[in-house]
Order: sequence, then C-alpha cells, then structure tokens
Amino acid sequence: MPDGVAAHADPASATGFGGAGHAHAHHPALQHHFETLDQQHEASTLGMWIFLVTEVMFFGGLLMAYLLYRVWYPAAWAEGSLELDIILGGINTVVLIASSLTMALAVRAAQTGAQKATVRWLLMTMALGLTFLVIKFFEYEHKWELNHIPGPNFQFEGPHAAQVQIFLSLYFGLTGLHALHMVIGFGLLSVIAWMAHRRRFSPEWYTPVELAGLYWHFVDIVWIFLFPLLYLVDRAHQAG
Amino acid sequence: MAGHVSPKTTYYTIFGALMVLTAITVSIAFINLGPLNFPVALGIAILKATLVILFFMHVKYSSQMTKLICGSAFFFLFVLFALTLSDYLSRGWFVAPGGTAAAGTRVTIGVPAPDVEPTGQTEPGPEAGTVPRETPEP
Repeated sequence: MPDGVAAHADPASATGFGGAGHAHAHHPALQHHFETLDQQHEASTLGMWIFLVTEVMFFGGLLMAYLLYRVWYPAAWAEGSLELDIILGGINTVVLIASSLTMALAVRAAQTGAQKATVRWLLMTMALGLTFLVIKFFEYEHKWELNHIPGPNFQFEGPHAAQVQIFLSLYFGLTGLHALHMVIGFGLLSVIAWMAHRRRFSPEWYTPVELAGLYWHFVDIVWIFLFPLLYLVDRAHQAG
Repeated sequence: MAGHVSPKTTYYTIFGALMVLTAITVSIAFINLGPLNFPVALGIAILKATLVILFFMHVKYSSQMTKLICGSAFFFLFVLFALTLSDYLSRGWFVAPGGTAAAGTRVTIGVPAPDVEPTGQTEPGPEAGTVPRETPEP
C-alpha cells in the first residue's frame, strides 16, 4: 500500500462500489472482496469480537479453577488474598482504567481525523500500560523474596500453606496471563501508533485503531474481575 | 464511515463512574458482609465491565450481530460455571443406598471430612475415583 494515499482517495468512490473497470479508484484500504469500507469495518469488528469471545473462554477456564478451589478452601483463599498488596493492586486498577480512557479517546481522535491527537493518546495509553507492568513486576519480585512462588521452594507460615499455594498458583496463572496480554497489547499499540504517526488513518478508515482498542478494553475488563477476585474478596473475613 | 462518535464528555463520565465504583468496591472489601462480600464484589465488577463494553467498546452503538457475539461470550461463560458447579457443589448431598458418605466428602463444601470408617462391605483404602490429598478446610 503506498504511503499517504489515504488522504487523496476520492470520497465518492470510497463509499460506493468501485467497479471492476477501475479497481484502484476506491479507498486504498478497501479490500477487493468488500463492497464498501463500512462493510469491511463491520466484518473486521465482528471478527475481532469473535476472537475476544475465545479469549473470554481462555480466561474462563482459569476462572473456573479459581471458583472451584475457592469453594473448597475458603479459609486458605482469605489467607492468600491478605498476602496481596491491596494498595499496589488498587493503583494498578486506576492506572489500567485510565489507560482504557486514553485508548477510547485515541479511537475517537482517529474517528474525527485528529491525527496528532491519535498518536498522543496512543502513547499515553502505552505509558499507562507500561506503568501497570512495572508495578506488577515489583509485586512479583516481592513474592519472590518471600518465597511465595509456588514450587519446590514455596514457603508459607500459616495453617493452610498447601492450599494457599494453590491460591498463589492461580494468582500467578491469572495475573501472568493477563500481564502477557498487556505485553502483546503494548506491542500492538506501538505498531498502531507508528501507523497513526505515518498518517495512515482517516475518518473513512481507522479500523486498526478501533480493533486495538477493543483488545485493550478487553484486557482492562479481565483486570476489573481479577482485582476483586484476588485482592479484595475475602479480606473482611480474615480481618474480622 | 458509519462509526458512532461519542462526545468526549461521555468517556470522561464513564471513567468517573468506573473510578467511583472502584472506590466503592475497595471500601466494601473491608466490611464483613458475611456471605454477601463475594456477590457484591462480583456485582460491582460486572457493572464496571458492562460500562466498559457498552461505551468504551461501542457495543451500545454496534450492530445486532456484534451485540449477539458479545453476549454469547457471557452466555458460554455462564454455561461453563453453572454446569461445572452444579456437579461439584451437589456431590456431597446424597448417599446412595449401600454406599458410603465418603464418596462425596472430597467435595463437601466447607464441612470437614468425616472420618471414613471401613464398613467391611466396601473396600478400605483410597476411595474409588478420588485422589487422596489434603483434607478439606474446616
């Protein structure tokens, strides 16, 4: 695809059927098996949503394991959740929701053709995502120092050490998988930001920004559930 | 392009609502509501997720097809949780005639396992189909 052609495309042919006679008179982003950019956008969005459904089931398996062990070992779950740092977890929740806001604003900027604002909001989203990962790293490091990593060197003072190890396994499994999604999302956004910087997007065609946004918001939603499930839910019972 | 452009104020309002809900769920976590802590925390999380899906992910303005696909994710998640738990949670409920109560003790929720006395009729040793592990929580 040639650079910078998007701005010169004929708006009339971008929304109508290009016709076989002049296959390249339409918007350069329009693929030939779609009639209009709208149709293409709808298909892409739908495809992204189907992918997100599979992602929901992906995390769903781990959440099911969490749920089952929680009803089996409620006391260990209370003990384990007290080991997590509610302040760092809370800060990360705020950081990630804020990154969802900046992501939504990046999509909006792309929709309205504000190219520089798109890049700016995307970079802010990436900065917030990185902040989340750095905080997560320090949480993991603290667990490492306490020997709270499940495995042969696991140590835990408490009446339910073996079951707390299951809790911490699920903690690392769930947050680790989530962090992996953050890393992938960060890479995705850097590509989108680069494309936005090269002025690839316009109000006629901003589908990649929208799809990256869907992915980023999904990762945010996963954390919206992980935070209460891991950090909050049994706190009061243990303290009381 | 047909994409709906929401006003910026919508996004800021939703962000504000998400922050308020986060503050609420953190505060409630320190209050002992007994068995209600879990449903309340989960309810607030579902509310937050709904706000993100409807407004940040534009599902409110999306096609019926997109709404259906999005809804199907939660439908299948519900099937996964409901069917699995309906099995595990009901395992200790009944003792089959001639069986032992031990058959369900591995998964009896929140109740300590009764001491399994070999009755002589059944094979002593590990229960069939169960893996001997730590005793359940009291």
